[in-house]
Amino acid sequence: MVSPRTAAAIDRVKTTIDREGVLSISGIRKEFPGVLALDNVQLRIRPGTVHALMGENGAGKSTLMKIIAGVYQPDAGEIRLRGQVVALKSPLDALEQGISMIHQELALMNWMTVAENIWIRREPTNRLGLIDHAKMAQMTADLFARLNIGLDPTVQVSELTVAQKQMVEIAKAVSHNSDVLIMDEPTSALTEREVDHLFAIIRDLRERGIGIVYITHKMNELFEIADEFTVFRDGKYVGTHNASDVTRDDIIRMMVGREITNMFPKVDCPIGGTILEVQNLTLPGVFHDVSFSLRRGEILGLAGLVGSKRSNVAEALFGVHPAESGRILIDGAEVSIKTPAQAMAHGMAFLTEDRKETGCFLTLDCLENIQSALITRSHVRNGFVQQREVNALAEDMARTLRVKTPNLQETVENLSGGNQQKLLIARWLLTKPRILILDEPTRGIDVGAKSEIHRLITELAAQGVAVLMISSELPEVLGMSDRIMVMHEGHVSGFLNRDEADQVKIMSLAAK
Amino acid sequence: MSSQDISASRAARPQRRLPTEVNILLVLIGIALVFEILGWIFQGQSFLFSWNRLKIMILQVSVIGIIAVGVTQVIISGGIDLSSGSVVGAVAMVAMSFAQVSTYARAVYPGLTDLPMIVPLLIGLGCGAVVGLINGWLIAYTKIPPFIATLGTMVTVRGFAKWYTKGQPVSFPTEGFAWIGSGMMPVVIFILVAAIFHVAMKYTRYGKFTYAIGANAQAARVSGIDVERHLVKVYVIAAMLAALAGMVVAARGQTAQAGMGLAYELDAIAMAVIGGVSLNGGRGSILGTAIGMVIFGVIISGFTFLRLDAYYQEMIKGAIVVAAVVADVHRQRKRRKA
Repeated sequence: MVSPRTAAAIDRVKTTIDREGVLSISGIRKEFPGVLALDNVQLRIRPGTVHALMGENGAGKSTLMKIIAGVYQPDAGEIRLRGQVVALKSPLDALEQGISMIHQELALMNWMTVAENIWIRREPTNRLGLIDHAKMAQMTADLFARLNIGLDPTVQVSELTVAQKQMVEIAKAVSHNSDVLIMDEPTSALTEREVDHLFAIIRDLRERGIGIVYITHKMNELFEIADEFTVFRDGKYVGTHNASDVTRDDIIRMMVGREITNMFPKVDCPIGGTILEVQNLTLPGVFHDVSFSLRRGEILGLAGLVGSKRSNVAEALFGVHPAESGRILIDGAEVSIKTPAQAMAHGMAFLTEDRKETGCFLTLDCLENIQSALITRSHVRNGFVQQREVNALAEDMARTLRVKTPNLQETVENLSGGNQQKLLIARWLLTKPRILILDEPTRGIDVGAKSEIHRLITELAAQGVAVLMISSELPEVLGMSDRIMVMHEGHVSGFLNRDEADQVKIMSLAAK
Repeated sequence: MSSQDISASRAARPQRRLPTEVNILLVLIGIALVFEILGWIFQGQSFLFSWNRLKIMILQVSVIGIIAVGVTQVIISGGIDLSSGSVVGAVAMVAMSFAQVSTYARAVYPGLTDLPMIVPLLIGLGCGAVVGLINGWLIAYTKIPPFIATLGTMVTVRGFAKWYTKGQPVSFPTEGFAWIGSGMMPVVIFILVAAIFHVAMKYTRYGKFTYAIGANAQAARVSGIDVERHLVKVYVIAAMLAALAGMVVAARGQTAQAGMGLAYELDAIAMAVIGGVSLNGGRGSILGTAIGMVIFGVIISGFTFLRLDAYYQEMIKGAIVVAAVVADVHRQRKRRKA
């Protein structure tokens, strides 16, 4: 029996939690070099609710979740867990304090059994201090029974489907008796039936009073499972509402109301004949029946949310990961593009999405970074690179693009993101492309460099280069494109002309 | 601070950093001076001012130096080659068997004696190329890690070397073949090889592609480089240089044994790493490796000079390699933070 005094104290805590939420954060700020990822952000999760987090790509959802899960430390702000201010120093620390996160890319150990994965670091032991496998299996079976999961605890994780692995992750999180469970797009790899099962489990967890943070891009899921939702935009808090109080269009409007500033307005330039035609391009399981055409001097914007497979289409066009079926026609003739070299032979160039992963040679200097594509095709005699000519070309291009560096012998890892991006653009411009594919050309670079790159893209279009520009920033897509193609989960969901397009229309097509 | 500010402040700072090779050269001078001082203290004589000692020192390391040149370009491409020591042994055996004199009654191929020196040389290089092709193909097309692929060929090729004559040594080479290992020839060959590959790595497409692949294989692919084909070339060249080293060793000793070149691959890797070649790929140079080779030689001959037991020498050699890698990792981390 507890004393009346203690009972009253418990009651007080309970009412606080009900009012403030099991997890409440406020004033959170997080800055990365050159980017303010989160600016005075707040969020409150009530126990026994599913709280959806919405926002465009780059709105700051993932950064915030990583802060809550202890991966990042905030620069400022307060995190309250069950009414107490806490510091979450590491993922383990967050877990021990009652916050579990289920990452998009599952973090299970493939060669261990389901039970071993769930109870890792907490294995039951026998008198000799050895792991008691029978007991562990029993504990797992009990846990699964509670969650209505029909999996054999002794099976190896490598034999499970993605959905089953997700169930294991959820069971693991529940086994920690977490008060807060974060799910980052848990349905992205699931079939409809598996989604139903997942939702049944989520509802059950909600019944048990767990606060669930649910990141998703899918509107229908939001209305099916979420009680409340919070919208972020550009690292700022926009608002929190009950899911039952709003419509789909309300949410889209909250997500997109981004201002169009610092954009170089597109100059209208004559659009020529069709240069690239893509028919029913398909890579099974990734994208399907992608068809579009691109004309000389045209900028075709390609919009879509994470998981829309925009970049995969670009990679297929350039031969990085070729499609399995469909046709690519250049100047009306069908071409086969299985390698980047073949794409380049047809006058294509491809600025990839991830500067560090697939763009820069960080340990090499600026000149070598600019020249790498050019010397695969020309300016080599008897194996020797014609260094003087190539250097002159590279220096010229670096000057045109206003690359800021003390000298071009500087190692690229010492340059800012914007200058690295300019080097990569310089690399492709040296190959004199007729078709330029740009994947997120201005991601993570400062405003000044951004508008310079926009100006450059327009100039290229004016010279007759056909541009396919993938961008997650709607203002950029709207400001730069003659036409906009929108993708949703591997399918083209629509085209919009420059004069009819606006943020809401794009988002409606992207977030079906 | 916005990234624009960052680039502005960078521009203000004078940037011309000294090339890594200068630092390594300073390390070499430092180590040599330490031995010089220790020499006067413990041996009562100079370490450096002995032409004979320097000659022996450079002769000792230049055979492995030839291998290190090949290994350097492999490491710059982001890989590793553990098979070179075995290639030394196997090629020494095979080449020698085609280089025997007719006056020796128990030649391996009694009908094929007194051949011109070029015949065993080409056969040896050809054998090296075959091993390199296997290495390169395994790494580029089956995508197994270079460490495992070349560990496999290391064991297999050594086995082949022993099988070739059922463990019997092969001796009595022609004068022509023995010439490539005579006098200062190993040093001459090393300098030639190093000079050729210094130029190749710096001024040819081959070198540029090698650096690009080691710096970022994905970016290299997107730039239009046929990464797989290029990697095969890199491993073929490495194995051919190991083969050349094998023939030099055999010619010098006028005999070939299956156990020749044992652990040479590790010494070669050590020379490269000491010379500033990053095990992460994309960074380093032939010049650096050449300096690394001399450092390696100075340390070994310095210890001998100080009459340090051979057992200690090996232990210290291991520690030096680890220290060089730690220094490399440290450098990388510092750069990333900067």
